[in-house]
Amino acid sequence: MINNSPYVRAQASVTRVMLKVLLALLPALAAYVWQFGIGILVQLALAISTALACEALMLKVRGKPLELFLGDLSAVVTASLIAMAFPSIAPWWVVVVGTAMAIIVAKHLYGGLGQNPFNPAMVAYAIMIVAFPSLMTQWPSLHLDTASQLHAIFGNSDAAARALDAITSATPLDALRTGLRAAGSSVESLRQGPAFGWLGGQGMEWVAGAYLAGGLWLIQQRIITWHIPVAFLGALAVVSGGFWLADSAHYASPLLHLMAGGSMLGAFFILTDPVSACTTPRGKLIFAAGAALIVFLIRAFGAYPDGVAFATLLLNICVPLIDMKTQPPVFGHKLGTPPEKRH
Amino acid sequence: MNALRKLFTFNGGVKPATNKAESSRDPIVRLDQLPLPPQFVVPLHQSVGGIPQPLVTAGERVLKGQRIGGSDGNFSSAIHAPTSGTVIAVEPRVMAHTSGLTMLSVVIEPDGKDEWVEIQPLDWRSMDANAVRDWLRDAGVVGLGGAVFPSHMKLMAGRKTPMKTLVINGAECEPFITCDDLLMRERADKIIAGIRIMRELLGAPEVLIGIEDNKPEAIATMTAACTANADATIQTIAVPTRYPAGGAKQLIRVLTGIEVPHGQRSTDYGVQCFNVGTAYAIHEAIDLGHPLISRMVTIAGNVGQPRNYEVLFGTPMDFIVRQAGWKDDTNAFIMGGPMMGFRMPAFDVPVIKATNCIIAASPRLFAPPPPEMPCIRCGECARACPTDLQPFEMYWHSRAKNFGKVQEYNLFDCIECGCCSYVCPSHIPLVDYYRFSKTEIWARERQKNAADEARVRFEQRNERAEREKREKAEKLAARTAAARAASAAPAATTADSPTAPEAPAPTPAGDDGKKALIEAAIARAKAKKAEAAGTEGEAPVVEKPVRKVLSEEEKKALIDAALERAKTKKQAAAEKPVTEE
Repeated sequence: MINNSPYVRAQASVTRVMLKVLLALLPALAAYVWQFGIGILVQLALAISTALACEALMLKVRGKPLELFLGDLSAVVTASLIAMAFPSIAPWWVVVVGTAMAIIVAKHLYGGLGQNPFNPAMVAYAIMIVAFPSLMTQWPSLHLDTASQLHAIFGNSDAAARALDAITSATPLDALRTGLRAAGSSVESLRQGPAFGWLGGQGMEWVAGAYLAGGLWLIQQRIITWHIPVAFLGALAVVSGGFWLADSAHYASPLLHLMAGGSMLGAFFILTDPVSACTTPRGKLIFAAGAALIVFLIRAFGAYPDGVAFATLLLNICVPLIDMKTQPPVFGHKLGTPPEKRH
Repeated sequence: MNALRKLFTFNGGVKPATNKAESSRDPIVRLDQLPLPPQFVVPLHQSVGGIPQPLVTAGERVLKGQRIGGSDGNFSSAIHAPTSGTVIAVEPRVMAHTSGLTMLSVVIEPDGKDEWVEIQPLDWRSMDANAVRDWLRDAGVVGLGGAVFPSHMKLMAGRKTPMKTLVINGAECEPFITCDDLLMRERADKIIAGIRIMRELLGAPEVLIGIEDNKPEAIATMTAACTANADATIQTIAVPTRYPAGGAKQLIRVLTGIEVPHGQRSTDYGVQCFNVGTAYAIHEAIDLGHPLISRMVTIAGNVGQPRNYEVLFGTPMDFIVRQAGWKDDTNAFIMGGPMMGFRMPAFDVPVIKATNCIIAASPRLFAPPPPEMPCIRCGECARACPTDLQPFEMYWHSRAKNFGKVQEYNLFDCIECGCCSYVCPSHIPLVDYYRFSKTEIWARERQKNAADEARVRFEQRNERAEREKREKAEKLAARTAAARAASAAPAATTADSPTAPEAPAPTPAGDDGKKALIEAAIARAKAKKAEAAGTEGEAPVVEKPVRKVLSEEEKKALIDAALERAKTKKQAAAEKPVTEE
């Protein structure tokens, strides 16, 4: 029996979409390994295996076809984003618990693929940074040797904790936060510290640049549109730039804001998650600009060094309202067609 | 002039593989190059509008071009015999429609003589435009782009709004279909002749022939035909190839920049649109006197040699497909293109006026769709939608059967072009969901209307019954009062009316109880009368007009009340958006 028209279809599938997102993450992954060592690969393997196991479990519980949904790669994308967002020397169970939270709670308890109102990776991040703030803010120093990384990830927790002090380094946003609290310090003096590179964080600026490159490829591939990255990065630059111009001693430059922390990852890979983001062109602009504003507020005045996760979740809540209020005009309705004539 | 003309664009659209090369290689197979099928099944309803009534009965001999179905009113179109022969039956047969429903059809067995009925061209220039339109109606000319709207109706457009532009649709954006392409290549002059008639009837100063730029030969021949006619007001314009550029509203947008909203006609904006095949049919009907009994049909897909054929209506589809080379793994016929076409319920359904293309489908040609995944809101569908809808939102609410919400997202602006389904990475049959929602909404509206009508009828009936009862009582009371007054008067003035003694006569005849009852009724009636008229003790002569005024006032009050009820009902209905379709 033949279905109804259309009988032809474009070469498109959820798997292809997810695969392209994974491909776009590869440059950043390469930069990460090059700058920080193989810890990220271990975390990635942990996250992906946890994600697939949890996905399979939940699909089985919910009575969904395993082969169809495991093959859609959406769980792999979530896991990869978690691995990339979490510190690469966090103990192994941090990323495992976080990924399990993302897949089981944030994804499947809300109805599975396509149904989650919140970005699963950011739910995982928010839960873990609230529950384990110290473990989630310890980032590796540059070019850390493999043994130390493996020790930090898999070692006995006490020993690992002792060893951590030797191998961790503050992120630039963290260094700024704590540094600016001390009297007499300014952004300029803090910029000389080891956390900072020439644009963003030492080493991390390369990763951020690679996110940017991968993200631009996603736009070229029509997987994402330009609206969210441009609105997010633009609004972040404008807001941080305003404060920086007013008081450059106490507020970091817009360039640092763009290249440090989760800005680039958020702009191209997190906020652009279609399921939890706005869908109308105008809605996407409002959504991303709102997220940028909250990111800046958290970074400059909040209790956490970075705020991409919280900003994403807060704006995820607003999505239905923003979408409803920003419906684009339909063909022929642009010239103010009287509503009674529409049907 | 083509290069100088500013073209407009519509959003969205897709570029599926065109698959047009195979069937456009060879010229159209003419009618005289084809054998006649053993039997014709001509459905009587082949156009939008009223169903034509059969004019022939079983056993009758018919001639080619003889009218066998008369148009049912003006919004209808006649049906003609495709060849000479004998009517075997006039009975319901399966239609060329997915549903497999039947339609009253005239079954003709050809006698092989192919003998024409007496035909004569129409001297349209010296005739009244209305007479020309009637001629087209009786020649069965309808839109051949697929919508089969009676052409004579569309040619009336110029009477209300002054026409600016006549758009001729040669875009042919659907994959596989090449019948318009070949028609333009081979019979450009005749198309132009038809266009001249249409332009005259519409009074349109400008004619724009839009052809997708993937048909360079057609563009060349049509441009040459325009030049040969030395008529600068008819222009051939190449439009970018992007499905659905051949949708009437999309083509009008591209050529004129006008966006015609759903529910409005392009004629409100001074534009009318016809297919090139319709222009050709109009030329045939008027300049040659040939009624519409055949059309160009592309035979494509799973056949030996895809090609275009001139096919008589009523020809079984498998007969013509066999001419192009039948392949055994053919599992269905699709009428129309792969984007908007319909699966036929059987291989032997007849070719009708709407049949622009028959695609022989096979599992290899059209693979079954991959399994449906959940929507990930990627928005591909919204970017592909030529009417700027949010297809995934409509899908969401259609699934939930939240039809009010689906309409808020402008479901009825959807032209079912299939672009959203085409691009969906989750392989969701989106258009099926919209078709489902539309039919559900129509069904509910029909139900609601029927219920509303029944309620109004019931209320009116109750009101009528009450009013009649009241009027009867009043009449009775008045008559009794008049009788009493009459009987009282002779007592004072000693009788001048012969009826006077008669009136009181029945009163003593009855027993006392009855009398008391009657008197009580009279008193009640009097009180009521006094209340209504506001005057007491008037002469019985003026009683009649008073009663008449009273009943009219009542009537008015009733009407007001009914209007009030209707108003509140309307308001209640307006809160829930409903469609007029």
